[in-house]
Amino acid sequence: MLAFNFFCATEGGLFDINATLPLMAIQVVALTYILNSLFFKPVGKVVEKREKFVSNNIIEAKNKLSEVKKLEADLLTQLQSARTEAQRIVSEAENESDKLYKEALELANNEANASKEKARLEIESQTSAARDQLSKQADDLSELIVNRLILEK
Amino acid sequence: MFFNSLLTNFAALEVGQHLYWKIGNIRLHGQVFLTSWILLGALLVFISLGTKKMENDPKGLQNLLEFLWDYIRDLARTQIGEKVYRDWMPFIGTLFLFVFVSNWGGALIPWRLIKLPSGELGAPTADINTTIALALLVSLSYFYAGLSNKGWRYFEYYVHPTPIMLPFKILEDFTKPLSLSFRLFGNILADELVVGVLVFLVPLILPIPVMFLGLFTSAIQALIFATLAAYYIGEAVEEHH
Repeated sequence: MLAFNFFCATEGGLFDINATLPLMAIQVVALTYILNSLFFKPVGKVVEKREKFVSNNIIEAKNKLSEVKKLEADLLTQLQSARTEAQRIVSEAENESDKLYKEALELANNEANASKEKARLEIESQTSAARDQLSKQADDLSELIVNRLILEK
Repeated sequence: MFFNSLLTNFAALEVGQHLYWKIGNIRLHGQVFLTSWILLGALLVFISLGTKKMENDPKGLQNLLEFLWDYIRDLARTQIGEKVYRDWMPFIGTLFLFVFVSNWGGALIPWRLIKLPSGELGAPTADINTTIALALLVSLSYFYAGLSNKGWRYFEYYVHPTPIMLPFKILEDFTKPLSLSFRLFGNILADELVVGVLVFLVPLILPIPVMFLGLFTSAIQALIFATLAAYYIGEAVEEHH
């Protein structure tokens, strides 16, 4: 009975439930609306705006990065094609110069051969001329010797 | 009678004594409203100072408030789910802030220095009326959340996963507010009593660790209350497949 008085006394007690309950409930509901307009909405707006800003920036940065990668790959292929082109031009030029060299060499050889042949022919003709003259002189000399021998007899 | 007065005045504490306000025929616990008005006033001043100049680069108080907002959002989102947490975030946040401010205000401010004609000032959550009011609001909220999100299909929850669950689920609707209100009430009142008794018996040093423990309990209770409220709402709006 005493314990009952302590907890559930009509006046006072730990478990004295009265109009405080509904009024407190109304107060909390009112507080919800006040905090919503004073705290949750404005702070949420700022935070979400910033989150959107950050995520937008991240997306933009990602796009830019992928673009950069694409450009890099592009440039790499361009560089490669330029390199092969350069190689092609160099080898072409080498071939060309080789050909020119060979042509020049052949021309010079031909010329040298021709002049050699000409010189040989000239030498041959002069030799035969000299030989003819020599045999003629030998003939003359032999005639002379023969005549003199005949005369002495 | 002697036993009664011994109990009520034990350790110079006035347990179960109230400052009554009478308005017409109804009676109110004045000390609960006085402390709650002071604490909520302080909370509102704090919040209006922090949200006065909102900037994109937060400074000072705004930082703290944004941290708080983020914390409450995470709590509501994990318990209620991505779909409807936005609708319930202000309510969950208000519950958390109200309980937290009440508990800490009751533990940190030396209310006992202010003498009242009857009863004494303390944490508003150490009064059963406050905790029952909060718990009933949570009950109404989860019913409303379930009915507004799923219509009459909300009651499928009672026979999910089998109809055997029906009596237990109905029982749960009563035990939920009961456990919510008595857990908070008991913890905060017990903390106040323990600190009061210790201060009476050993006024020096010894109560300090218990006071710290009380602060810890107060914060944990606020978190538990808000988390459970969010969990109940999340349970009511969850889709079963």
